[in-house]
Amino acid sequence: MSEIAFLGAVEIGLVYALVGIGVFLAFRILDFPDLTVDGSFPLGAAVAAVIITSGIDPWTACLASILAGAAAGLVTAFLNQRFGILHLLASILTMIALFSINLRIMGRPNVALINQDTVLSPFYGLGLAGHYVRPLVVLVIVAIVVWLVARFLRSDFGLAMRATGVNPRMARAQGVKTAVHIYVGMAIANGLVGLAGALFAQTNGFADVTTGIGTIVVGLAAVIVGETLFRPRTIVIALIGCVVGSVLYRLAIQFALSADAVGLQASDLNLVTAVLVAIALILPRLRGRKAEA
Amino acid sequence: MRTYLAAAAALGLFAAPAMAEDVTVAVTAIVEHPALDAARDGIRDGLSDAGYKVGENLTFVYETAQGNPATAAQIARKFVGDNPTIIVPISTPSAQAVVAATKDIPVVFTAVTDPVGAELVSDAAMPGGNVTGVSDLSPLADHLALIKEVTPDAKTIGVIYNSGEPNSVSLIEKLKELAGPAGFELKEAVATKTADVQQAARSLVGEVDVIYIPTDNTVVSALEAAVKVAEENSIPLFAGDTDSVPRGAIAAIGFNYYDIGLQTADIVVKVLKGEKPGSIPVKQAMGTNLVVNPAAAKKMGVTIPEAVIGRANTVVQ
Repeated sequence: MSEIAFLGAVEIGLVYALVGIGVFLAFRILDFPDLTVDGSFPLGAAVAAVIITSGIDPWTACLASILAGAAAGLVTAFLNQRFGILHLLASILTMIALFSINLRIMGRPNVALINQDTVLSPFYGLGLAGHYVRPLVVLVIVAIVVWLVARFLRSDFGLAMRATGVNPRMARAQGVKTAVHIYVGMAIANGLVGLAGALFAQTNGFADVTTGIGTIVVGLAAVIVGETLFRPRTIVIALIGCVVGSVLYRLAIQFALSADAVGLQASDLNLVTAVLVAIALILPRLRGRKAEA
Repeated sequence: MRTYLAAAAALGLFAAPAMAEDVTVAVTAIVEHPALDAARDGIRDGLSDAGYKVGENLTFVYETAQGNPATAAQIARKFVGDNPTIIVPISTPSAQAVVAATKDIPVVFTAVTDPVGAELVSDAAMPGGNVTGVSDLSPLADHLALIKEVTPDAKTIGVIYNSGEPNSVSLIEKLKELAGPAGFELKEAVATKTADVQQAARSLVGEVDVIYIPTDNTVVSALEAAVKVAEENSIPLFAGDTDSVPRGAIAAIGFNYYDIGLQTADIVVKVLKGEKPGSIPVKQAMGTNLVVNPAAAKKMGVTIPEAVIGRANTVVQ
């Protein structure tokens, strides 16, 4: 694996780490199986791409992507809380609706950003090669997000949100307004996914309506790989686990891409990726069993 | 490990001068599907015809993103890191990912409909930089010529399309530019969903001499509805894609993606021989298949000229 390929995998892994954190908030903190992310990721990309191509500052575009993602999360939460639609189904409804909405926002299936100024543009001029700049900038953004989310989850409001996910009846008995926490939690989760979409569009030069397919799988893989490797006992470690898990997932794909040398075909990519991730999940358990024995 | 290194070093030392002609062509597509796979095979065979043979002096690397743009981005990074002689991305997202990832390695894209709109090149005639390629925009001029040949008296063409499909909107814009000089007048009928196609076709009855269905996903999905109206009113109906001909269109000219691959290989060879991609204009794909359906023509009151049937690649029985 070349250095550029390695750093490329790290960079894309860091972008998807934000998806991992969003999925962690929904699935683990709120106990809300949320498939909205397959729509909110390309939504973030679409919003950022359209705003950037209309000449507006890319940071404003990122902020708009966060708000758009948050709105998508609110719609899912609304369908679930207000009308009692099963959380999975509510999120699927939002997800499929977003496909059409993303086409509307972009006006076509694909918007190019290759020649546009992005949040990365100011950093390209600092003397570092592009393949160093991109992962570094994304790393800084991810670190800030981890810090903010960890702080949030340790605040009184965040603790009440965690209680909502663990035991909603108990939480309500303690005077926690669980509905409010589900709305806010889903907004934050999908807002982060929207930000990931915005960063993906800017680091890769395009927003495409198909970018969202399988986002939930990548997010879940990040969360579970992180949990398996870190066995987190604190929120910060769990969040870092999501980040590391996401990067490892991308490195697995990168290894799979290099597997042609051992007689595998290009079409085996997804299979090889799945096997590598499975190994990553199984290995720590084997070690754990040996330690117990 | 040390032996490996020694062997590699030895190979490198001895092989470098002898294999100066050796090239690596890295090909990637967003997804595996018949047209894109045919383009890939065309590229490989075209290179072989030009003397670059797999296993001899050509390393042909192929990766597919299996439909996932994030994987396409990773493949782009892998290729840039491997530093091949040339990268050939097939399809728009793959091409955008590769072009965003390198400003140095020559890139020859293919099967991209609108390379300027996708920001792969700023000017198709003079791309500049490290990028050029082949565009597969529908050969509308050929379509108009075919209509003229089959129905020489036709003056007004009715076009049914979905104004919500960006690809169709740009096709219609292009068609408007070409129709006037070719001696045609255009009349548009919009169908935003498949259920509206029949109504749109009816609105053209009595107003137009022929109906043309561009490569519009909505209208092509409900092609039979338009064909029925055309047959009932004896209006010849032409299509923009060859698959519509067995379904009742009189004739169509569509791409053969294997040929597009061969044309892409021509440009790749030029770059391998030392030409700068930036000075090679983006090529409009050619090498199309003509498919005709004489039975459908009869139902619409037209006889397809023998000359057209004679040069057709496929005659639907």
